[in-house]
Amino acid sequence: MSAVSPTIGAEVDIAQLTKVYHTRESEDVLALDAIDLKIERGSFVAVVGPSGCGKSTLLSLLAGLTPISDGQITIDSERVIKPHSKIGVVFQSDLLLYWRTVVENILLPIEIKGLDVKKYTAKAEELLNQVGLAGFGKKYPSELSGGMRQRVAICRALIQEPGLLLMDEPFGALDALTREQMIMDLQTMWARLGNTVLFITHGIDEAVFLADRVIVMSPRPGRIDLDLKIDMPRPRQWSRVHEDPTFHGYVRQIREIFEAKGILVAH
Amino acid sequence: MARVSGFSGSVAVQTEREKNTLKAKRKFRLQQLTERFSALFLAFTLLAIWQIAVPLSGLSEFILPTPLAIANRIANELPLLASHGYITLFEVLAGFGMGVAIGIPLSLLIFYSRAFEKAVYPLLVALQTIPKVALAPILVLYLGYGWAPKITLAFLIALFPIVISTVVGLQSLDKNLVNLVRSMGANEMQTFFKVRLPAALPNIFGGFKVAISLSVIGAVIGEYVAAERGLGYLQLQANSLFDTTLNFASVVAISALGVSLYFILDFIESKVAYKRDSAK
Repeated sequence: MSAVSPTIGAEVDIAQLTKVYHTRESEDVLALDAIDLKIERGSFVAVVGPSGCGKSTLLSLLAGLTPISDGQITIDSERVIKPHSKIGVVFQSDLLLYWRTVVENILLPIEIKGLDVKKYTAKAEELLNQVGLAGFGKKYPSELSGGMRQRVAICRALIQEPGLLLMDEPFGALDALTREQMIMDLQTMWARLGNTVLFITHGIDEAVFLADRVIVMSPRPGRIDLDLKIDMPRPRQWSRVHEDPTFHGYVRQIREIFEAKGILVAH
Repeated sequence: MARVSGFSGSVAVQTEREKNTLKAKRKFRLQQLTERFSALFLAFTLLAIWQIAVPLSGLSEFILPTPLAIANRIANELPLLASHGYITLFEVLAGFGMGVAIGIPLSLLIFYSRAFEKAVYPLLVALQTIPKVALAPILVLYLGYGWAPKITLAFLIALFPIVISTVVGLQSLDKNLVNLVRSMGANEMQTFFKVRLPAALPNIFGGFKVAISLSVIGAVIGEYVAAERGLGYLQLQANSLFDTTLNFASVVAISALGVSLYFILDFIESKVAYKRDSAK
C-alpha cells in the first residue's frame, strides 16, 4: 500500500473579518465582528461556541460560499473571494449523491474542476483504504452506515490534497460510539497528511483532544473569547485522556467561559 | 430426537427444531407467493364471475359480451386493432412529446425566475381546471379533423403534470447539496446537471407517467369528437353498429396502450435514474 504524499498545510490569515446579514425587516445582523486569526501551517484548530455564535458563518466565509462584508481572508497569501481549490470541506451531513457510487462521489470535485478522472481514481481508492473502506468503491451510499458515509465525505474533501480542510461538526450526526471512533481515526489520518484543519464542534472534549489550539467564540455578535493553546503530546489516547489532569484543565477553562457567558448554566 | 446417518452423502441431520423452522419457512414462502399473485387471482375471479353470469342472466351479446368473447374478438381482429392503435399511439406520443419539449423548459423558467413563476403558474392552474372534454369541439373547430386537435388535446392534458412534478422536484432539493458543489467550485450549469437534475428525476418521471396516461385519454377524446381513424374512432363505430364486443375490445386495446406506455417509461426510468431504496 503506497503512502499518500503528505500535503503541505496551508497558512491561513484572517484579518478583521466581519459579516453582516441584511434581513428584510431592515435590522442588520452582525454575525462576525472583526475576527483576527492566524492559523499556522499544518496546525489543527478547533472552534467551539454556542449556536448562533457565527462558527458556521466563519466556515462559510472561509469556503468562499458567502461574500465577506469587511476584512479579508488569505490562504497562502491568496485572497479568498470564491471557492478555492486549496480548500476541502466536510459538512455535518455527508451529502453524498445517492445516485453515484462511492468512488464516483469521491471523484465529484475532480469532475467539476474538469480534471482527468482516471488519474485520480487510484488516489480515491487509496483514500478509501486509509479510512478503512477498502473495496467499498462500487457500493452506493444507501448501502453504507452513517459513519461510513461520513468517511467517504472526508475522502471526497481530501481528493485534491487541500492545504486547508474545513470541518463543520462532521461527527455531529453520528451515534456516540461511531463518533469516538471517528475522532481517533481523524487524529491518525491528520498526523499522516499534515494539512491545516479548521474543525468546528459543539463538543469541548472533542475539541481539546484533537486540536493544537481551541478558539472559543462568544454568542452573537461572533467574537473570539479565548484562544487556548493545547499543550499535550501526540499521539493522544482517547481512553487515557480522560484521566489526564492537563486535559481536564483545558476543558474546565473552556467551560468556565461558557458558564460566565450564560451558555452553560451549572445547577 | 436427532437421527444421524453415519455415512457420507446426502442425508441431513434433522432435529425437531429444524423441521419446525422448515415448516415456518415454507408457510412464509407460500404467503409471499400468494401476495404477489393476489391481484391476478382477484382479477381472474372477477372475470370468471362475469363469464358465468352473462349466459345465466340471458343477456345477449350486444348488451354484455363475455370476457371470452371479447378475447376471441381481439385475437381475430388484431390487424384492425393494431392499425387503429398505431394512429392513437402516434397522437399520444406526439402530444406527450410536445408536453415534454415545452413543459421542461417552462419548468426551468418557473424554477429560476420568481417573476415568471408568479405570472405563469396561475394561468397553468386555470388551464388545468378547464375540462379537456369541453375543449375538444373548440379545437376541432379551429384545427380541423386531422392530427392537430388530438395531438393538441394530448399535449394540453399532459402539460400540467409534467410541469408541476418537474418544478416540485427541482424545488425540493436539499440546499446543502448546492452548497457542497459550490464549495467545489461548480457553476450553475454544473450544479444543474450534476445535482439538481439527477435529484429531481424521480419526481420528473412520476410526472411523465401520469402525463402519458392522461395523454391517452386526451387523444381518445379527440377521436371521439372528430376522427376517421384511431381506437376512439373504432370504438364509436362499434358503438353505433351495436357491436358491443368490438366496443369492449377497443377499450381493452386503449387500456393496453396506456399500460404499455407506462411500463416503457418505468423501464426507461430504471435505466436512467437510480432508484433510491424505498422505506420498506
